[in-house]
Order: sequence, then C-alpha cells, then structure tokens
Amino acid sequence: MAETAAPETKKNLFLRTSPAALLRAAFDTGSVPGTVELSEITFLTMVGLRVDRNSDAGQRIWSVTGGLPAACGAVAGSGDTSVLWLGPEEFLVVAPMEAHESLGGDLIQALREALADGEGQVVDLSANRTTFELTGPRARAVLEKGCSLDLHPRVLKAGTALSTEIGNIPVVLWKTGDESYRLFPRASFADFLGRWLLDAMREYASPEVP
Amino acid sequence: MLLISCPNCGSRDETEFHYGGQAHVAYPENPNELNDREWAEFLFYRDNTKGAFAERWLHSTGCRQWFNMLRDTVTYEIQAVYPMGAPRPDKAAAAPAPESTTAPEGATK
Ligand SMILES: [Zn+2]
Repeated sequence: MAETAAPETKKNLFLRTSPAALLRAAFDTGSVPGTVELSEITFLTMVGLRVDRNSDAGQRIWSVTGGLPAACGAVAGSGDTSVLWLGPEEFLVVAPMEAHESLGGDLIQALREALADGEGQVVDLSANRTTFELTGPRARAVLEKGCSLDLHPRVLKAGTALSTEIGNIPVVLWKTGDESYRLFPRASFADFLGRWLLDAMREYASPEVP
Repeated sequence: MLLISCPNCGSRDETEFHYGGQAHVAYPENPNELNDREWAEFLFYRDNTKGAFAERWLHSTGCRQWFNMLRDTVTYEIQAVYPMGAPRPDKAAAAPAPESTTAPEGATK
C-alpha cells in the first residue's frame, strides 16, 4: 500500500500542521537564549506497544527496538529509537519522523511483524502526542512550577522518562540531558501546555531580583 | 493531598490516581439466581467503614494499573498497598512495612 502511494503522500505531508504550530513564533520570542528555551519537535514517530517483555513476542520486539525498559522511569532502545516505560506491559516507542511508514520508514511494520500473532498490541500513535523540547539551566525551575515529582538531579537522572502531570495535565516527561527535557502532551493539550510553559518561562527573561 | 505509593511507580500525588471504590466485592457466582434486592445490593450497596477500609485505586496518569489499598477513613493513613486479587492483609501484620505506609500531609485536618 505504502509503496505505490509513497511519492504522492510525501508531497502532501508538507501540508501537515503540528499541534502547536500556532505557537511557533511565541516559542521563539518566549525563549530566553542560554537560560530556558522552548520548541516543538514535530511529527516524531510514536508507537504504542503492549507486550509482556518476557514473552516470545516481547523478545522479538526487543530485537527490533534494541531493548524494552524493565521498570518505571527506564528508557531502552538503540540508535535513534527509544522505548519509554509506561506500564509493566506498556511501552512508548519514540523514533525520528522518517521512521514512519508515510515517509518510507519500516519501523512500525517491523514491530507488527515481530509481534506477529503473539499476545499484545502495536499501534501507530504518532498523531496522539506532540513533543516539546525544554532546555537550559532554568528548564528545571520552569517544570517545578507545575510538577510534583522531585526533579532535582540527585533523584531524576538524565535518561529517565516518567508519566506524570505537568500544569495539571497528563504528560510524559523525559529528561534527555542534564538541562534538557522532552515533554509529550497529547495533541489536544499541546496549545494549553505550550502557553503554560511560556507563562512559566517569562520571569527568566527579566534580570534576576537580588 | 494524599501521597500514594503506587506499587509500580512509587510515591505520587493523589491527583494522578482514580478511586475505584470498595475492594473485594466479588461478582456473584450465579447472577441469575439473585433477586432484585440482592442484585441491587451487589451493584450499589457498599460498606461505610469508620477506620481501616480496603479500596481499589487506579494510577491513571502513571502506569495505568489497578491496586488495592488499606486506608483509614478517619486519619487517611495508608496502612497497606497490595496487588489486585490478593487477600486483604492483616492490619497488624501490614503496619510494620515502612514502604507501603505513607503519612499523608494534612491527615489530621
Ligand atoms: Zn503507577
């Protein structure tokens, strides 16, 4: 199906609008370079997995993704494919946009084939969530205004992903580096969370009050 | 705000959870044999316990898994967290387990 339709689909994909596209200019002006910066990473490929990681199907999927995380917070994977732990038998695969079959990628198909008739699910969730990237030395302070998790680096290490609430909405928070976070809000919450983050970032544009 | 210890995720705010009502309400073995009153009691009648109460909780914003909890309805003290399907733990035996016991903020409010 994808092979014959690929060139035409690819062209149409340029017309896609990401969930926070309307905020792109606001993200640019609201970012404080070197302090805290916010941007949307659009159209990442995301796949919902439900499988017992110790089953045969789990092992087959494991070999496609390069691992399945064992416990809450863990992130597995290889190369630019990451697998986030959402539940004991539920995972979220995050991969670059090009991994999606609409752009000629074969990740989802490979996962479906790996699951085969095993117990579980492989569902394309690329349109379910969008991705915000929040970086900079003040990124943690911004998140702490609306997240009850302990985000101090002694507790939350880089490479940890947790499903929680930020600004009172459900978000998957992935600490990708010492001062960089990826936030995955559902598409319908993207506008709200984008504006909430901008508001939380605003004070850092002004000089610090001694 | 209660701080609830999810068996999978650890301590999280109460707002991440959904309450699932009284635990250990078994589905009738043969529902067809129940009269209307018995059926209504199965569906709608729940204990209104003062003190330790076994209840179901769902970590809806986290791992999306159900678990059981023994909570004091007066003090809000969480006395035990245990898996679905497991029998209600003996209150005295469960008490010394420090991990499953969370002293909630504002419990005496
Ligand atoms: Zn949980």
